[in-house]
Amino acid sequence: MIQFLVGTKFPFMKYRRYSYLVSGALMLATIVWLVMHGGPRLGVDFTGGTLLQVRAANNVATDVVRTAVEASGHTGAEIQQIEAEGHTEYMIRLAAQSGDPFPAIHAAVEQRAPGTNLELRRTEQVGPKVGRELRDKALWAVLGSLGGILLFVGIRYEFKFALGAVMALFHDVLITLGALCFTNREVSLTVVAALLTIAGFSINDTIVVFDRIRERSKAMRKDPHERVMDMAVNETLSRTIITSLTVFLTALALLVWGGDVLRDFSFAMVVGVLFGTYSSVYVASGLALDIWLWLDRRKETKSK
Amino acid sequence: MNRIAPWKVIAVLAATVLAGYYLWPSYVYYSMTPAQRETARVADPKKFAATRDRAIHLGLDLQGGMHLVLEVDRSKLNPAEAKDAVDRALEVIRRRVDEFGVGERPIQREGQDRIALQLPGLTDRIRAREIVGKTALLEFRLVRTPDETRSVFARLDAFLAGRGAGRNMGLDTLLQSHPLTGHFIDMGTGAFVREQDVPTVQNLLATAGLDSILPSDSQLMWGDEGQGMSGVTGRSLYVLKRTPEMTGGSIATAQAQIGLDETNPAAWGVSLTMTPAGSAELARVSGNNIGRNLAIVLDGRVNSAPVLRQHITGGQASISGNFDIAASRDLAIVLRAGALPAPVHIVEERSVGPSLGADSIRQGLTAMLIGTLLVVIFMCIYYQLSGVIAVGAMLLNIVYVFACLAGVGATLTLPGIAGLALTVGMAVDTNVLVFERIREELRAGKSVRQAVQLGYDRAFRTILDAHFTTLFSAAILFAFGTGPIKGFAVTLSIGLIANMFTAVLFTRMIYDWMLGRRDVQRLSI
Repeated sequence: MIQFLVGTKFPFMKYRRYSYLVSGALMLATIVWLVMHGGPRLGVDFTGGTLLQVRAANNVATDVVRTAVEASGHTGAEIQQIEAEGHTEYMIRLAAQSGDPFPAIHAAVEQRAPGTNLELRRTEQVGPKVGRELRDKALWAVLGSLGGILLFVGIRYEFKFALGAVMALFHDVLITLGALCFTNREVSLTVVAALLTIAGFSINDTIVVFDRIRERSKAMRKDPHERVMDMAVNETLSRTIITSLTVFLTALALLVWGGDVLRDFSFAMVVGVLFGTYSSVYVASGLALDIWLWLDRRKETKSK
Repeated sequence: MNRIAPWKVIAVLAATVLAGYYLWPSYVYYSMTPAQRETARVADPKKFAATRDRAIHLGLDLQGGMHLVLEVDRSKLNPAEAKDAVDRALEVIRRRVDEFGVGERPIQREGQDRIALQLPGLTDRIRAREIVGKTALLEFRLVRTPDETRSVFARLDAFLAGRGAGRNMGLDTLLQSHPLTGHFIDMGTGAFVREQDVPTVQNLLATAGLDSILPSDSQLMWGDEGQGMSGVTGRSLYVLKRTPEMTGGSIATAQAQIGLDETNPAAWGVSLTMTPAGSAELARVSGNNIGRNLAIVLDGRVNSAPVLRQHITGGQASISGNFDIAASRDLAIVLRAGALPAPVHIVEERSVGPSLGADSIRQGLTAMLIGTLLVVIFMCIYYQLSGVIAVGAMLLNIVYVFACLAGVGATLTLPGIAGLALTVGMAVDTNVLVFERIREELRAGKSVRQAVQLGYDRAFRTILDAHFTTLFSAAILFAFGTGPIKGFAVTLSIGLIANMFTAVLFTRMIYDWMLGRRDVQRLSI
């Protein structure tokens, strides 16, 4: 049998404080970024507005598209050339409006670069009111699922574990959000779906470790908590790594081959899986251990 | 011990057979080229529709198309009018969308004052926006008398025959001499055309120069689809007066009611109350045209053409005839819709061009295939024979998920494919949990049988916990999500449930079978 990471005795818990430092720094960086920029860069789903993805038959320069878009009466448009197999494609973002902006843009581009033959590949046009509603809904979905998971894990496990698990999941979601922000990606409906999937994956991973901790803590009543935790984490380590690896492989395949519509989604998944794996060991178990120790100390002082 | 419980075998077999049953239409439908589909549709429309509707539905992001959300602006209506303004707008838009000939149920009401509609495979989004967004137009037009109607059709026939339109009609002499009326199965105050002949007749009517043959104050107009006449479904074609007698603005309210027809008190009909100006108009129109048919035309389509029975002076009118309760309600809605068109705004549009949809499918499936392949290779190397079993379970899992999608009529979206790809990753997790437990037991010196037994028993609770939490977050995703997110949540949930079944039941069964036959000393894991 091929195996790795079996019978390991890494003193994970000993180093948990360092991980707090790393995680804390990353989370802080994300929060600072969010505060400075007034929240994440939201896509048209949430702000309202228009997004056009167009493909040009010939190689038309970004500047031409930009002047054409401006000439057709759209000031402050954002234009971005995107990678597409053997084609020139652009994403054009406009402010919210009631009409259909494409015909005018098409005419303006065609006028400046004849034979461009702009093909509209995708439109997303969301009214400001709908955008606000979608944003509220997405926010409730995220908060609702975090709250629901806290409740579920709280009932299913002891509360000290639940807190660690939910902190870990919050950590994963926040850092993934940070990674999206730092790479200048937009948060859209699909990205929110990815964030919630990460929450699901993170908790899934954590629960496997916690199940083992619970099992071990019964068998190793006499041992210090730290040893119990280390034991459990080491025993589940190969499983944690293998599972994360398989999910990581599929997420990576989506990122590389899934096309640009799924790109932000798969990017979030890849980052989320990496941090989810790390956090189930360090953040979730580490925090659970500290809460456990703190509860013990409080019990002692009370009994005295 | 380790005998295979018969119910397990039956369960797995039954599930697989059922999956095959649900997947068959998808296989048939998606293995056809567009041309073959067209042939099949013409050959047997009912059978084709059944196959199409039972095949997995592709989301708009995969087949290309348009998703629109409209908002009915009720701010200028009084409360009584506002109450059913959305229902009225829904009815109007449904009629318009029918013209695109898209699949079933493309329109839904969403929340208080919104209407969401899907136009799959649509390429002309500019036209779609125009058609959907315009205000409803309700008119009342006089239908030409049967004699006039017959003479108009006769002239058209002569014109078309002269143009040689009947020449390619084969041996049917009737159609050669009467290219147009030869398709009619009844003619009175309107011609009735069988559903399958409608396109032919429409083509004939589109012949250049035909307009000039029509009397200048007449116009041809089709009735609604799906009408019946002595057991045949089809559409009516009317010859109407070109100038409308009245417009929808004349109607104050319209209600479906029973007992409007004295000769048939149990029949349903629609009672109308006109506005003061409308009353005067109706009095004039009905006084001059007793015994003639007055067509109710919504957006250029004849909804019905009831007979004017008497001179109506009080501003109260009724329409009765061959209506059931649903038809009379629909008609009342139409009449009110035209009477008070609330403005409709497009508040959300998402459209995906067909080329991008095709790219998305290709890329999504490629990514899924490669992801699956990577996982398969890893599992087979790392866990050897047991890995192969896990891969078998995983593939079975994918089959079940697709079958469930087809079975419940869910829609496969691009995020759905992503969900499926992730399910693959997570599907092996369940087996990894079990395998790692088995390995632990083997290292602890247990026999193969004991190790397998204990591995499954101990991993089971963890698996249950992990699946429940993920299922839980998928449920929340479904509850709060919209559109593609819902698709993702559905696929993920189905994947998780299928996974419990395959990973726990199916793989366990294989082990039992392997270990049941002889005393196994070594396990390939």
